Amino acid sequence: MNSWLARPISDIVAAVTRGDISAEEMARASVAAIEKKNPSLGAFLTVSADMALEQARAVDAKRARGDKLGKLAGVPIALKDALCTRGVATTCASKILTRGERGWQPPYDATVVARLKAADAVLPGKANMDEFAMGSSNENSAFFPCKNPWDRSRSPGGSSGGSAVAVAAAMTSGALGSDTGGSIRQPAAFTSVVGVKPTYGRVSRFGLVAFASSLDQIGPFAADVRGAARVLEAIAGHDENDATSLTDTVGAYESACDKSPRGIRIGVPEQYFAEGLDADVAISVRAAIEELGRAGCAIVPITLPHTAYAVATYYILATAEASSNLARFDGVRFGLRVEGARATLADMYGQTRDAGFGDEVKRRIMLGTYVLSAGYYDAFYLKAQRVRTLIRRDFERAFAEVDVIATPTSPVPPFRLGERTSDPLSMYLADVYTLPASLAGLPALSLPCAPTPARDDRPLLPVGLQLMAAPLDEERLFTVAAALEKIFPARSLPPGD
Amino acid sequence: MPTKTAEEQALLGEQDVRNVAKLARLDLRADEIVRMAAELSAIVGYVQKLDELDTSDVPPTAHVRLARVALRQDVPRPCLSHDEALAEAPRVAHEGFAVPAFVDD
Repeated sequence: MNSWLARPISDIVAAVTRGDISAEEMARASVAAIEKKNPSLGAFLTVSADMALEQARAVDAKRARGDKLGKLAGVPIALKDALCTRGVATTCASKILTRGERGWQPPYDATVVARLKAADAVLPGKANMDEFAMGSSNENSAFFPCKNPWDRSRSPGGSSGGSAVAVAAAMTSGALGSDTGGSIRQPAAFTSVVGVKPTYGRVSRFGLVAFASSLDQIGPFAADVRGAARVLEAIAGHDENDATSLTDTVGAYESACDKSPRGIRIGVPEQYFAEGLDADVAISVRAAIEELGRAGCAIVPITLPHTAYAVATYYILATAEASSNLARFDGVRFGLRVEGARATLADMYGQTRDAGFGDEVKRRIMLGTYVLSAGYYDAFYLKAQRVRTLIRRDFERAFAEVDVIATPTSPVPPFRLGERTSDPLSMYLADVYTLPASLAGLPALSLPCAPTPARDDRPLLPVGLQLMAAPLDEERLFTVAAALEKIFPARSLPPGD
Repeated sequence: MPTKTAEEQALLGEQDVRNVAKLARLDLRADEIVRMAAELSAIVGYVQKLDELDTSDVPPTAHVRLARVALRQDVPRPCLSHDEALAEAPRVAHEGFAVPAFVDD
């Protein structure tokens, strides 16, 4: 059964449609794999076996009636716990959305959840994450850290670490995450799966617990490029419940995977191969780019001169937006409430928020409140918005010359759990290559390239190649990624699985 | 409100942290205030890197691609029921969300 979970999504759908395997068998296999592997990997916060089985039976009944099945028929897909699921605990890995042992149960489904259900996917669980998506290692989960299946002493990346591990360890065949500054791409790179951050506005965020609203975007994880393309097709498109969602027609992402990459111009920015890049990661990424050259792409050196300012820009803007978005967690309407004897309303707010939020979330709320406060607004917030314009212009100039930009996803391979937790700034700097696309609202994708070789101090570790494109040019990303996937051997399951 | 100089902005003392915490509605413990002052000072020091750039002629970007926002029809439609909206409230009284007594100050 496990072997089915690790198959490409299009094979699973074909098998379920033919009747080689039922959707219920797929759902049971996924729940069993989660129950077996989750104690050691920590990828799931909630197993929603009932929801998965109920949907699976509905899919099987549909097939028995002779109805046409959806494009994700019977495919188990994990949901990041920041996505609202009606009647199923949704905690954002935070104590503030938990009362006693019970997680908040939203009264509605996120649009992406409704769309997955409409495409006949089965949804077996809610994936671990950094609390409120704030972190790059999954260690900020208020419940337990998620571990990298390639080396359990290492981080799977974050914030969508649980979603990435669900796919990497074949507990599910696909997953949804959210990406504000790299939270899909970096965990995809760390766990050797494909992860896509679509163009800002391409996927509705209705029902995604908001972190930084000018940056947040939902996207898929899958074991293969075509699988990620198919999941994105299922969830993308306009939604009147999200005013930032785009009305443009959804691209033909899956058929883009069959196109030739010949003639596509690939830009390679010098700033992404500078100081701080791990030597083994550099070798692997450069080798992948050379393969694209052999496949008929034109490789063009480019420059993105404001790259070095992305981390500072992002941590001002994202924290400012977060400080406002997280004001809603106040102990009144849902989740935790702490109120001492004779507490005033203000006491209740302050006590609830101090008890409910973890250290990193408090740090970001504080930083965001500070940069927005009177006397500092111009110097920090407005300044960062202006630099955001410079970063966008860098990309506009680059995309006048090239079609796709190729870089490492992360400057380093997966780091050890605990290695960066004592120094918040060092954790922020790990996002240096993923933040610019977020600030510019661009689509970007991470796919596995050759792993780093095993050395005395570390085993063989995954490496991700990041591809970025102009707004709404996801199809070209899928064409290039699918071509590269043919050159590099298919991802194998991590040792022990 | 006058704009502060770089030096004034670089370091957050414990009193600064207490002021910001009050604005953010966070009752930080004493040990958190000490730690936060050091951590925020390091981060604020780092983000001042942006001062290297002259942005006097650069317009701010608040949001990408907002020009294409589509508004929905302004017509009433079903919403959550009263019971659904209150179902997850920590405390309910008189069919509403209950909060401690307060007086506007």
